[in-house]
Parts: sequence; structure tokens; C-alpha cells
Amino acid sequence: MASALRFESVAFAYGATAVFTRLDLEVAEGEIVAVLGPNGTGKTTLLRLASGALAPDRGRIEIFGRSAGAIPPRERSRSVAVVPQESRPAFAFTALEVVRMGRAPHLGLLGIETARDEKVVREAMERTAVASLATRPFLELSGGERQRVVLARALAQEPRLLLLDEPTAFLDLKHRLAVYDLLVRWSRECGITVVLASHDLDLAARFADRVALVHRGAVAADGRPADVLTKEMLRLAYEVEAEIGQDPTTGRPVVIPIAPSAAP
Amino acid sequence: MSFPPGASSRLLRLLVLALLLGASMFLALGLGPSRASWASLVDLLLGRSDATTRAILVDVRLSRIVLAAIVGAALSGAGAAFQAVLRNPLADPYILGVSGGAALGATLVTTTAGLAPGDVPFARPAAAFAGAVLTLAVLFRLARLRGRTGSMALLLAGVVLNAFDSAVILFLITVGDPARFQGTLAFLVGSIVPLPWGAIAVVAAFVMAGLALLFLLSHRLNLLAFGEETAGHLGLDVERTTWQVVISASLVTAAAVSFTGLVGFVGLIVPHAARAALGPDHRVLVPASALGGAAFLVLADAGARTVAAPVELPVGVITALVGCPLFLALFLRRLREP
Repeated sequence: MASALRFESVAFAYGATAVFTRLDLEVAEGEIVAVLGPNGTGKTTLLRLASGALAPDRGRIEIFGRSAGAIPPRERSRSVAVVPQESRPAFAFTALEVVRMGRAPHLGLLGIETARDEKVVREAMERTAVASLATRPFLELSGGERQRVVLARALAQEPRLLLLDEPTAFLDLKHRLAVYDLLVRWSRECGITVVLASHDLDLAARFADRVALVHRGAVAADGRPADVLTKEMLRLAYEVEAEIGQDPTTGRPVVIPIAPSAAP
Repeated sequence: MSFPPGASSRLLRLLVLALLLGASMFLALGLGPSRASWASLVDLLLGRSDATTRAILVDVRLSRIVLAAIVGAALSGAGAAFQAVLRNPLADPYILGVSGGAALGATLVTTTAGLAPGDVPFARPAAAFAGAVLTLAVLFRLARLRGRTGSMALLLAGVVLNAFDSAVILFLITVGDPARFQGTLAFLVGSIVPLPWGAIAVVAAFVMAGLALLFLLSHRLNLLAFGEETAGHLGLDVERTTWQVVISASLVTAAAVSFTGLVGFVGLIVPHAARAALGPDHRVLVPASALGGAAFLVLADAGARTVAAPVELPVGVITALVGCPLFLALFLRRLREP
């Protein structure tokens, strides 16, 4: 399987604060990979590096076999879409106008949508169940509705690689499941690669093909959810004592946190 | 489920605004110290009026109306563009100090050469453009110093630069010729002065070119609303686009300011009203601001000519009287935001 995203010995620091010292990660086309790790381990930074918003200090990042820094933004935006943690536009755009912006990478010189663009926008909004919010001002929507609108914008980009930063952080349980379900179906149907950063270990374990646990500037464990989400790994990375159960329907691991680990 | 149609409704709204502009120009033509009857206006349109009436209406009054329309379109279009680039609805060429820099540039080129403003119709807008770009270079430099911090600091810096520029302008002109103190004061407040058609054509050419560029860039301005990073994810070359917009908006501002001076707040009032009425999509907002700004300044100038007749006020008095309260209201709302 060809690789969609590849980090090779990547080092990155914000000024003097090192985030990654030697990060290696490879995501194959069509895979769904969840990046896990406690706050401050650099999940968001990893996604920002993957999206080209940041450039690595050392090492190499490739998107579909090409060096990430060498792809012009417009070209990159036709294959990579990003759903950030939070979105606050400066002006009162409607939900529909926000989703239409997802077509920007495909528009001509004057930036006027064709009938096909409108069709893609409509389908994206139907998929994320926000079509009924089309004329509502984006900023007046609830956090969950906003997140689904931004997700629709990302779908409207028709990307091959989708990067999501805590896509379900503000969602209630029903919409959380709906978003993950959508991502899985969408990935399977269209062969889209999905890389998401998440705090929700159980949902990540349930829906991701693979999980990568970031710890101390590198990927500490990378593999099937059941192989990565072990008592030992949770103690090491999250500093919690936990029991690992098993989801009776999917067979995937379920994390039952017990207590913070005693200081070593 | 309602999906409003896209491009066709955008065009319709702009057509309505164009009609509004035409109506306000016609209305302004009828207002003035020597009140022209509506019948004489109809005669003029039909080419039936005598030479004296035509001279008054066309060369005196119409030229002033056309200049007001061009300046209003320029300042409002530039205001909408600056607001988008800075992601701040309080930005305006005047408040940012861009107008001040432009006015200083225009003043320098004529006073140092010992010329009257109308003598060099091309040099003044050109020098104003240099002044505007220089001011923005200083502003962006200041913004960089503080990293990614707010555009509020930028506005404050702009106001200070404006005060400095005004002082230098006043110094340059009145030291050269104390008798021009009053005219300079009007220039600093912003006043639609009588200009020969040739100079108006030069201003119009600069403004049209800049507005056309801004219109071509307008769909990219939408993407900037979500911040530079998201705009980049949506395929925008943020740095390049920002510079293209800033240069175009400076060109437009410079041409507007070069003869009429520091007409303030138009670029704040009109885009704000247009956004409230038509939404924030810049593909509509930029041309709508230009059309609405033209209509607004034509009416404001007609008001300035008539409200205290026979005294003619500088139009900047009217725009400031409307604009300052609006600025304060918007500023308060922004402070209250979380």
C-alpha cells in the first residue's frame, strides 16, 4: 500500500521548547490512524506539521510521496483537508458560506462556484447532518454543530487525506458516534486516509485501524488498538493505573481508568 | 431545507445598489446654493439646457458629485479590504493611518515643488501611494514586533501616525503660505474640492484599477476570516494575498486622499452597513461597499453643501459625525466579546 503520510526522524521545537526529538510515523493510503497522548505531548503539533502549517527543524515529512514543504498551498489543499480544534471566523458567515469555502481550492480565477461545486457542498452538508443549518450564522451554532459544519467544509474539499484535531471534543455522545461513523464510512467508500488526534481512547480504539501513542517527543507505541492500549503503556504515557476491558460487540479494547499512578 | 442560490442573487443585489447610486447622484445634482429645478435637470439629461445652466450643473456640480462618488467608492472598498486582511471590522484607511500617510505624500510633492494641487494631476496620487505604502510598511513592522498580537494595537498605531502626518502637513503648508491655513484645515478634515475633469479622470483611473484588483481578490478575503492557518489549509498563499490586497487598497486610498484629504470613517461606516444588509461574503461586500460608499459620500457631500448654506462644510465633518459614534459602539461591542 502506498504511503499517504510519512514522518521520518522529524525533530521540531517551538523556540527552545522541544516537542519532537525523533518522530517516525507512516500512514498508508486508506488507513484510519488515531494519534493519542496526554495534553502537551504534541498531538496538535504533529497535525500542524502534517498539514504544512509548520515546517520540521530536522527530518522529512512526505505527503503522498512528495516532500510536504515542496507542495504549493493551493495544490496541497486539494488533497489535504484539516479540521482544527476550534473555528472562530472574524465575520458572521452562514453555515452554508463556511462549507462553500471548502470549494476554494477548486475554484477558478473569479472564485465563482459551478453547479458541481454546489452539489458537492450540498452533499457534504447532508453527510454531516447540517443541511438544515445552511442559512444560520456559523457563530450562533452550538459547538457541536460548528464542528460538523467545519467537517462538511473539509469533505467539500474532496481531500485524499483528512487531518482532524480532537474532532469530537465538543460533541455529545450521539454526535460523537455519528462523526466517527461518518469518518469510517467515508474512508472505506472513497479510500480517504484519516489521521486524527484524540483524547477519547475508547472511541479511537473502536474506530481506528491503528493507534499511535506519542510520548516524550516520539511515537512510543504504534499498532492495533489492542496492542497499544495496554496497562503498561497507559501507566507510561498517561500516568494512570487502568484496567483494560473488551468491547463485547467489536472486540476492541476499552480503557477503565482506576487512579493516577503513584509517583515513581 | 433552503439553499440560497449563489452567483445570480449576488449580481442582483449589486444592480440594486448601482441604481441607488444613480438615484443619489441625480438627487445631489438638484441640491446646492443655486437650487436647480427638477425640470432643468430633466432638460440637462435630454440635452435641452442652455450653456450657463449646463456649465453650473456639469462643470461645477456634477464634477464635484463624480469626485465624491469616486472617493466614497475608494475609501469604502479599501475599508472592506483592510477589515478582511486584519480580521477586524474596526479597520478603515483613516483609522489605520493610511490616509494620513497618503495625504502627507501628496502634500510633500506639491509644496516642495511650489505647485498648486491641481497643477500636477498625476504626481499627487503617485506620491500619495508612496506615502500609503510606507505607512503600511511601518504598521506591519510594528505588528511583527509583537508577534501575532491583535490588530487593536495596529489601529492605535495608525491613529498616532495620522496625528503625526496631520501635524507635518499643517506645518508644511502654512509655513509656506499662512493664507492657506483654512484650506489646509479643510484638507485635514476631508473636503470634496472643485477639480478639473482631467484630474478627476486620473483619480478615477487609479481607483478603478485598485478596485478591480480588490474585486479579483475578493473570494480569497473570505478565507482569511478563519485565520491565516485555516486560510492556508484552504489553499491560500496567505502572505502573497495579504500583500496583494494591501497594495491594491493603498492604491485606492491614495488616489482618493490625494486631492480631497482625510475624509474619515467612510471605510468603516459603509462596509459595516453593507455587511449587516448583505452578509460578509467579500465577493458581494467589496463591490457593494464601493457602490454604497459612492452613494453615501455623494449624499454626505450634498448635505455638507446645504445643511449650513451658504457656508459649505467639508464633507469630513459629516462622515466623522456619523462615523465616530459607530466606531465607539463597535469598539464597545468588541471589548465585551469573550
